[in-house]
Amino acid sequence: MINNDRSLIATERSLIVHHHLQELDTIPEIPKEEFILKCTSACAGCSDSLALRYVLKAAGPDTVLVVPACCTSVIQGIYPNTAFNVPVYNIAFASAAACASGMSNAFRAAGKKTNVIAYAGDGGTLDIGIQAMSGAFERGTDFLYICYDNEAYGNTGMQRSGGTPLGARTTTTPSGKTDNKKDIDAIIAAHDPPYQATACAAYPQDLFKKVTKALTFRGPTFIHILAPCPPGWRYSTEKSVEMGKLAVKSGMWVLYEREYGKLTIGAQSKAAIKKPIPLEEYLAPQGRFKGIDPKTVEILKQRIAKNLAKLTAEEAAS
Amino acid sequence: MFEIRIHSRGGQGGVTAARLLALAAMHDGKYATAAPFYGAERRGAPIVSFVRIDDKPIRIYSQIKKPDMVVVLDASVMDVVDVLHGLKTGGRVLVNSANPRKFTGFTSGHVDLTGIALKENLVVSGSPILNTPVIGALAKMGIVSVDSAKTAIREMFTDERNVKAAEAAYQEMSA
Amino acid sequence: MKKISTGNKAVAEAVKQVVPAVVAAYPITPQTEIVEQIAEFVSSGDLKSRYIAVESEHSAMAACIGASVTGIRTFTATSSHGLLYMHEMTNWAAGARLPIVMANVNRSLGPGWNIWAEHTDALQERDTGWLQVYVSTVQEAYDATIMAFRIAEHNDVLLPVMVNLDGFLLSHLMQPLDTIEVGDFVPPCHLPHAIDVKNPKGYGGLTGPDQQFRFRWDMERSIRDSAKVIKETEKEFAKRFGRTYGFTDDYQCADADVIIVAMGTLGKEAEVAVDLLRKEGIKAGSMRLRWLRPFPKLDLKGKQVVVIDRDYSFGRGGILAIEIMAQTKEEVFSVIAGLGGQEITYEDVADFVRNRRMGEEFWFGVTNNV
Repeated sequence: MINNDRSLIATERSLIVHHHLQELDTIPEIPKEEFILKCTSACAGCSDSLALRYVLKAAGPDTVLVVPACCTSVIQGIYPNTAFNVPVYNIAFASAAACASGMSNAFRAAGKKTNVIAYAGDGGTLDIGIQAMSGAFERGTDFLYICYDNEAYGNTGMQRSGGTPLGARTTTTPSGKTDNKKDIDAIIAAHDPPYQATACAAYPQDLFKKVTKALTFRGPTFIHILAPCPPGWRYSTEKSVEMGKLAVKSGMWVLYEREYGKLTIGAQSKAAIKKPIPLEEYLAPQGRFKGIDPKTVEILKQRIAKNLAKLTAEEAAS
Repeated sequence: MFEIRIHSRGGQGGVTAARLLALAAMHDGKYATAAPFYGAERRGAPIVSFVRIDDKPIRIYSQIKKPDMVVVLDASVMDVVDVLHGLKTGGRVLVNSANPRKFTGFTSGHVDLTGIALKENLVVSGSPILNTPVIGALAKMGIVSVDSAKTAIREMFTDERNVKAAEAAYQEMSA
Repeated sequence: MKKISTGNKAVAEAVKQVVPAVVAAYPITPQTEIVEQIAEFVSSGDLKSRYIAVESEHSAMAACIGASVTGIRTFTATSSHGLLYMHEMTNWAAGARLPIVMANVNRSLGPGWNIWAEHTDALQERDTGWLQVYVSTVQEAYDATIMAFRIAEHNDVLLPVMVNLDGFLLSHLMQPLDTIEVGDFVPPCHLPHAIDVKNPKGYGGLTGPDQQFRFRWDMERSIRDSAKVIKETEKEFAKRFGRTYGFTDDYQCADADVIIVAMGTLGKEAEVAVDLLRKEGIKAGSMRLRWLRPFPKLDLKGKQVVVIDRDYSFGRGGILAIEIMAQTKEEVFSVIAGLGGQEITYEDVADFVRNRRMGEEFWFGVTNNV
């Protein structure tokens, strides 16, 4: 069923019509088939591989992953093996979205519906990859861009990225980052995509739902996944899911979707807005926040409050 | 030239152990080099580090093929890696273990580095730190002097528990 | 002061000595320890520099250019794909006549992703106008970085300098290091064409066909003059600090029948091969090439030459072999070895010499044994 209002929005922008290909009344059950096989090179407790497992279950076999330099480049394993049971195209750090753009156009020209998913870390999205991503979104490219965010350059040993939060220690911000986390979701929203969402590896069913949904849209879609990282954030490897949940419950990470610009805040985050846990509970178990100045914590709290207020107001207005 | 190969898992301090050993050897007046062989950052994967000690400058950069000694910081890597590969006949093996291990054709020693680390509460992000106690064990085996071992540890770490752990390993080390 | 250090940290120590006002850099394996150490020095106050954590290597070089043209000292470091990503700007930096110093940790190019030692990355920059030196020990990495600033900023040069060290083999290798007090060995940075708001000029604007070639010649003239400056600098360094360097690092070359030419750590390990070969009665010598640009006149007269290239120029040959064959009529056995960190030992090098086939090219590991 095609909603006529939505196609009007699309034709304003370009010749490409964004159709919501099928209304989803129910999300399909999570399939049992695994696309991440044994012999990955992931660290113990890796949220990236946890997230990717559900991304691929949602996308299915007619999928190509475009992967720039990031942890996933290493997690795949080393030649001659690959640990992923879908084609993976590895590409240079800055170019995931540009490469995906070319690939998507080629598939569509050949009449193929293959999912093209750019799967990149925060470095390859917020920093060196931002130019290509902005271009691909501005051109209405039919692809899904997923940024799994461990809030630093994980593959090279945890240097700061634009995604590193204020106050976090990394190897290039040894006294704590003095700049705020770049709001890539707002930047993506400014490109007016048909669908974007935030997710968290600690909530795999929610992630599965969002990926399934994103892939029903034609045009550029974006999912930003929080991926807690044991060696980077410095907590014990079995606590990754716990960290993800604390991030959401404290409001530091908000789960939401925008469908044609209309915002819906997720239930978990609505609950957190109503009754958040103290931010300290999220920060304390992480070595990267050890010794953080209480003034910085105060700033973080203020920014969280401001962000939640902004999102709440946006949701009410749309 | 004396060549040592150290087997461990990422995050246990195997690379630092190699560096500490080279530093201690330098304080003994020797020329020493230490090198890791690993890829992109990854905690938990088996890694190897190399240490060379000599009286004159070392001009060799390639991997150690025929070590005089092998150190195993995590006995579980022996399930996936042939730690004895290339070890010279009569070479020595030091294993982090509470129990003695026998390796036919080689002299083996053991010391419970993990136990020592836990006793001293030398734990980072859930992993016991083994690189400082192992230097104590290696000092007992005569690879470096005790004084140089302590000097090296104090140069790299401020926490005195590291020296205590090395001393404990020195005491406990069975020859 | 005597200590033990990795190649990467030695570079950072050297940078700490010369105090660049601005460091703009982006991490990439195996260079990351350089930028991390510098960030640590800046954070602790040991180094009074501004560290810009740029968002890409292209921006790193662009930021260094912007900083350098104000007349201050600047530094960056990269490797492999990072170097390639800044290629447009490395050309710009040399053309803009800016004395930027960059440490490059030599690493292979993808695909596939390979993080180990190979020289092709820096060799692809050989046409840019950058001076290039290749080091083989931690001490040399430190010394060469310090000297690089003096050479780059010399009024007869005013060109950027790249210090190359082998990925992992040297970047992550710990060796003894003797640090120095630089003092006035590196004089304050003075850029004659620095931006001056009281004397405003346009920089690098539209230039027609009747003028552009003059700037290109000016660069070439300076890089030829730099040979003298390099010689003077290294001589002064030896006088003050007791360590001697040169365009090449020659080991037993004088009476040799066959000379091994290589760069980086392989050039140093080749000396061990020479010792082995001499014991067998083969009069071998090792000539480790240090300065690639300006390329020196090599003393190879009457010798057979075994060139080991840890690089390749597809469709043409090993880059060092090509350069050497262009300047000498002696016969060359061109060996291609060590690509992507391929393991190669002094035993292998000795084999290349024992089984050399003059006038031929040999890919180690591809054609089964020599």
